[in-house]
Amino acid sequence: MEYVAHDETAFAPPAEVAEVELYHPKTFIGKYIWSQDAKVIAIQYAITAIGIGLVALVLSWLMRLQLGFPNTFHFIDPSNYLQFVTLHGMIMVIYLLTALFLGGFGNYLIPLMVGARDMVFPYVNMVSYWVYLFAVLLLIASFFVPGGPTGAGWTLYPPQAILRGTPGATWGIILMLVSLAFFIIGFTMGGLNYVVTVLQARTRGMTMMRLPLTIWGIFMATVLALLAFPALFVSAIMMILDLTLGTSFFMPAIVSMGQQRDYAGGNPLLFQHLFWFFGHPEVYIVALPAFGIVSDLLSVHARKNIFGYRMMVWAILAIGGLSFLVWAHHMYVSGMNPYFGFFFATTTLIIAIPTAIKVYNWVLTLWHGNIHLTVPMLFAIGFIFAFIHGGLTGLFLGNVTVSVPLSDSMFVVAHFHMVMAVAPIMVVFGAIYHWYPKITGRMLDDTLGKIHFWATFLGTYAIYLPMHYLGFLGVPRRYFAVGGTDFIPESAHSLNAGITIAALFVGVFQLVFLYNLVWSYFRGKPAGSNPWKATTLEWQTPDTPPKHGNFGPTLPVVYRWAYDYSVPGAEQDFIPQNVPPQEVVRKSASTSAARNPTT
Amino acid sequence: MSVFHELMVKPWVTAGGPVANPRDGGTSSWTAKKIALRVFLAVVAVLFTLLVIAYGGRMAYEDWRPAPQIRLLWANTFALILSSVALQWAQYSVRRGHMDAMRIGLLAAGAFTVVFLFGQILAWRQLSTMAYFELTNPAIAFFYLITGLHGLHMLGGLVAWGNTVTKVRGDFDAAKITQSVELCTTYWHFLLLVWLVLFGLLFTGNNLDILLKLCGIR
Repeated sequence: MEYVAHDETAFAPPAEVAEVELYHPKTFIGKYIWSQDAKVIAIQYAITAIGIGLVALVLSWLMRLQLGFPNTFHFIDPSNYLQFVTLHGMIMVIYLLTALFLGGFGNYLIPLMVGARDMVFPYVNMVSYWVYLFAVLLLIASFFVPGGPTGAGWTLYPPQAILRGTPGATWGIILMLVSLAFFIIGFTMGGLNYVVTVLQARTRGMTMMRLPLTIWGIFMATVLALLAFPALFVSAIMMILDLTLGTSFFMPAIVSMGQQRDYAGGNPLLFQHLFWFFGHPEVYIVALPAFGIVSDLLSVHARKNIFGYRMMVWAILAIGGLSFLVWAHHMYVSGMNPYFGFFFATTTLIIAIPTAIKVYNWVLTLWHGNIHLTVPMLFAIGFIFAFIHGGLTGLFLGNVTVSVPLSDSMFVVAHFHMVMAVAPIMVVFGAIYHWYPKITGRMLDDTLGKIHFWATFLGTYAIYLPMHYLGFLGVPRRYFAVGGTDFIPESAHSLNAGITIAALFVGVFQLVFLYNLVWSYFRGKPAGSNPWKATTLEWQTPDTPPKHGNFGPTLPVVYRWAYDYSVPGAEQDFIPQNVPPQEVVRKSASTSAARNPTT
Repeated sequence: MSVFHELMVKPWVTAGGPVANPRDGGTSSWTAKKIALRVFLAVVAVLFTLLVIAYGGRMAYEDWRPAPQIRLLWANTFALILSSVALQWAQYSVRRGHMDAMRIGLLAAGAFTVVFLFGQILAWRQLSTMAYFELTNPAIAFFYLITGLHGLHMLGGLVAWGNTVTKVRGDFDAAKITQSVELCTTYWHFLLLVWLVLFGLLFTGNNLDILLKLCGIR
């Protein structure tokens, strides 16, 4: 085999894509605080998101302590418990995962991977982060107001969310809704940047179909978020008006605490529709970047091109489109018309097709690959396990007849944690281990990484696998205590205690990860510019970590797709995207013959 | 290259394809700001579509009481149309280098928009003094919410408009101003279209109701 490229006549004149004018900060504050460099903004997003995520982790511990050992911890009362549940869910889904995948990885990777110097609107990008931080601070403030944060559940269903009796029904819920509105405003600023940068700032030769799947995932997730968040925005505004001005968008005529309230004529189901019109695409806003990133991790660390690249792109587009047609499968028990249930069950099952295509393609990428069991690869494989697991239980819950009896049971909690918590967080960790060398110039410690992986992977399974069984038994979710209920056997209580111990264990082992992040920043092994021997543009920068402007005096020119690994006939097992065909080093005839005597 | 055609490309067999043209990445010839505005308008469109659907969904219940009609809205609509026409004229002028005409068009557009917003506030006051006024009536609450959100978007437009107006005093870069005026014009036309849909469907008689009945929902 001698052929490497199909078109040997390709050439690129030295002309440049129109240069963008970069903002050049002169002070420390300009460079690291009010920064307009997407890479710094990415780090700001990531640190804020991980910081607030740790708060949510502690909240989950508190909630698990109550469930595992009821009547033991007297500082947790029923109101606190509901507040922990609510804030844990809201923070993890929106303020951690959405912000980290799009604001963190999106900001860092989009300009580098498409070959741009920065986002197209750096100033707007900076404002986006500060608005996000403001939203986070509002959320934190709700812990300190009279009544504490809202305990309405992360879905914030009216009428209970704003009626007395629900914890935080005065200040807490207002701060929550205002915080969400600001989050959405901040996200929209960032999201416009991500979309336009992918569409407009790609370097020469970087066609859409040569984009790494990471960028496809982040791009489509951003489009989904831009189109889905308005539903949450509208419902937040409407609920604020119901609460403060006494309108009745969502509030029916109602007696609360023995008193007839002034509301009349509102429709609580309208909120559910609006919320889930946002809420279901939100699942894919988190999942699609994870799908994209994991595709790249698998390909790099298995030294093999991604299986079915086109099909992967089409599947991302199909999932994005279909995700707007399945929202009411969250509402099977809301008393909807059975024909609606049939419709939404059908669309839900259809969306399993492109998703399954992706899973097969990941597995087929590994098939006969030169698999390196690096820490990013371990996390990527861990993701496949968790995702298949969570996806299959999704097939149960997508069917109305199975879903109705399982509604509001621990089975649902186990399902969505497998698919939307464990699976994406595996990718977050894999991605951090993968790109940390580019971000800091140093490798994360491998042994600590492997300890972190096995503790997290086995630990999360120890939490969620038994939780499915609790759901089958009928253990309800959102209950402070189940007490001496007949249908819940003693063994279920022991299982709950076991789950709590596993949760504490997994949480503590995240300290290994945090320690590794800090220790490696100072003492880690120097990484060099391309430690994983990857093809994509972020590994081809002249400096590591990349300087402001990313690519030195000239932007790279792209000649190939992102997956030229183990190309037959090439000397190295990877060909970076910016290597022209005539510069690809071929194997000498003697080397080829020695390695493969039959040719 | 059409989107469909682009998605059919097999990137693994086109390795090393020609990259002589900076646009070979398939990037659009539109400027980044022009694309960003279109994407933003899509977001705004979703926002108002959801509001119209929510309004229609609420209307489908039997206890629906329509809000009283406010004639002033016709005058406000006329003012908004005039502001859009003025901006169209400003865009026409700036493309042909008639800078004075562009300035007049730009200022007139701003003035008509202010008249529109002022008229909307008057309409709010009129409604609040009517005998039917009751905030718990969803039709009335929706009226305030929807006109309020539309007004906020117009106010946001006025910020961009103000930015453009300050730039056209004295010397300026004609290309940049042309782009600013074009972006304002697109935005105004879009918000006029949104308003016409809202006004036509929700605030002039029972047009949405008729539509719902035609669809068999009500």
